[in-house]
Amino acid sequence: MSADFLYGIEVVINGLMAGVLYALVALGFVLIFKASGIFNYAQGVMALFAALTLTGIMSGQVPFSHLINAIFGTEIHHFGWHVPALLAIILTLLVMIVFAWAVQRFVFKHLVGQEPIILFMATIGLAYFLEGVGDLMWGSDIKKLDVGLPQGGSIWVEDATAFLGGDDFYGFFIDKLDMVATVVAAILVIGLVAFAQYTKQGRAMRAVADDHQAALSVGISLNFIWVLVWSLAGLVALVAGIMWGAKSGVQFSLSLIALKALPVLMLGGFTSIPGAIVGGLIIGVGEKLFEYTIGAPYLGGATENWFAYVLALIFLVFRPQGLFGERIIERV
Amino acid sequence: MKDIADSYVTEDGRTIGKVLMDMKNITLRFGGVEAIKDISFDIREGEIRAIIGPNGAGKSSMLNVISGFYNPQVGEVWFRGEKRPPMKPYQVARQGIARTFQNIALFEGMSVLDNVMTGRLRQMQTGMFAQALWWGKAQREETENREAVEKIIDFLEIQAIRKTPVGRLPYGLKKRVELARALAAEPELLLLDEPMAGMNVEEKEDMSRYILDVNDEFGTTVALIEHDMGVVMDLSDRVVVMDYGRKIGDGTPDEVRGNQDVIDAYLGVQHD
Repeated sequence: MSADFLYGIEVVINGLMAGVLYALVALGFVLIFKASGIFNYAQGVMALFAALTLTGIMSGQVPFSHLINAIFGTEIHHFGWHVPALLAIILTLLVMIVFAWAVQRFVFKHLVGQEPIILFMATIGLAYFLEGVGDLMWGSDIKKLDVGLPQGGSIWVEDATAFLGGDDFYGFFIDKLDMVATVVAAILVIGLVAFAQYTKQGRAMRAVADDHQAALSVGISLNFIWVLVWSLAGLVALVAGIMWGAKSGVQFSLSLIALKALPVLMLGGFTSIPGAIVGGLIIGVGEKLFEYTIGAPYLGGATENWFAYVLALIFLVFRPQGLFGERIIERV
Repeated sequence: MKDIADSYVTEDGRTIGKVLMDMKNITLRFGGVEAIKDISFDIREGEIRAIIGPNGAGKSSMLNVISGFYNPQVGEVWFRGEKRPPMKPYQVARQGIARTFQNIALFEGMSVLDNVMTGRLRQMQTGMFAQALWWGKAQREETENREAVEKIIDFLEIQAIRKTPVGRLPYGLKKRVELARALAAEPELLLLDEPMAGMNVEEKEDMSRYILDVNDEFGTTVALIEHDMGVVMDLSDRVVVMDYGRKIGDGTPDEVRGNQDVIDAYLGVQHD
């Protein structure tokens, strides 16, 4: 096989893995949108907040330390302990659940029955609020997130695939972190689908998404379901935060990956979990492949920044509901 | 109207028991509008109780008070001999009061089977993790509930559309699916808000038969709102008549039919 072709395959594989991470963020959007009809602009910031909280807890940082020091004139920054990764993840999850409850209790409980655009704007407000809270709690410097995930290229994959090419081919270069992310995302997705399809809470969640009145009449508590949904979105945000944080450090730009989820959603459809996954993969592979075949040689590179949006735009023209989205037909 | 002490047997041999739901001096206001004015009536175990009246009489409001969608400003709701505190609709549902809606409220994106299964939420106890993993007890529970649901689906003759998304069904079938979901909860009290609105004669006959069968076979107490007087008089044991938020009649169909106030409300009265 020619070296170019092999390199192309490597690009596709890496594209798929990047796509998994996009899908992970998109999944958070789909979950909330399906269950409550809210397009949650804050999903990216939630991932950032989760990652910040995780690093903060792990390194024993005192939350709100700047604020405390400024008010009381103290000089505390660290508790002086280090929390093991697994425990810190569980604690962070608890924080996200408390956050979910607070969002429901203080924001969306008061907006029941409002127009979607108003709910959307509330999530924009939420995004900026959460960003500020994250800064205030944990400081705004860039942090390294190390929960013990493997880093660097996988030697094993290189060795195992080296035979495919000639003497100058050393095998595929695949980041170990991407491989872990793929496995984790797969487990998460299977878990979520099983939850939505086979549990009574999952069924109740779908019911709430469909009709509030009817849900109430069969004994479903809307409040409980919404807290549940926001908690799940918090869980997905945490996982996405860990993966992206481990890849590129915990910093503000983490919240911008949420914007990458938009073209993924346009492609996959806002209401479909499989759509989020397939959409993520298409965008991931598409932008890498486009950069490799056309972008870098002819367009001067850096096409990855905009390719996804153009692809989504073209898609919108031909299939506005996305690949798997529900087509809304109203009977007249 | 004759005074009924404890329980009695109807002409067609059904036993009507003691008072299941007692509405005492209910007044419901929306701002300055009084939708219900000081109404009292009761619903007895095993009976079919109708609420009738012209448009805007407050019938649906009454049903919404019973099912917890509205809480009255004045008055008491007694259920199973206990005074009920103000409740949310989902809490009322969990007490065993199921309902259908005038404008059908179904989960359009879900299949008929899933819709009816949501009616079983009250009966399902195992935790969500066990269910997601399909663990022993959860599996048994799901199977039991599926059996109960299949029985109801059989009963209402909707087997053929079990897997169809509800959004694709015609109106008459949707009404039936909604009834199935309400029945799946095995309610003590079943509230039907205009179960036959918009149906043709044949569909109405079917629906009447189902309501009678539900009452007869499962012993479910039924309270219903209906416009079609013929249907109401045939189906119900006792009728409450409302007009402009007031109760103007209460009794057996025959008693109500002869009530001058009721005749006036329905046919209009000469003003001189």
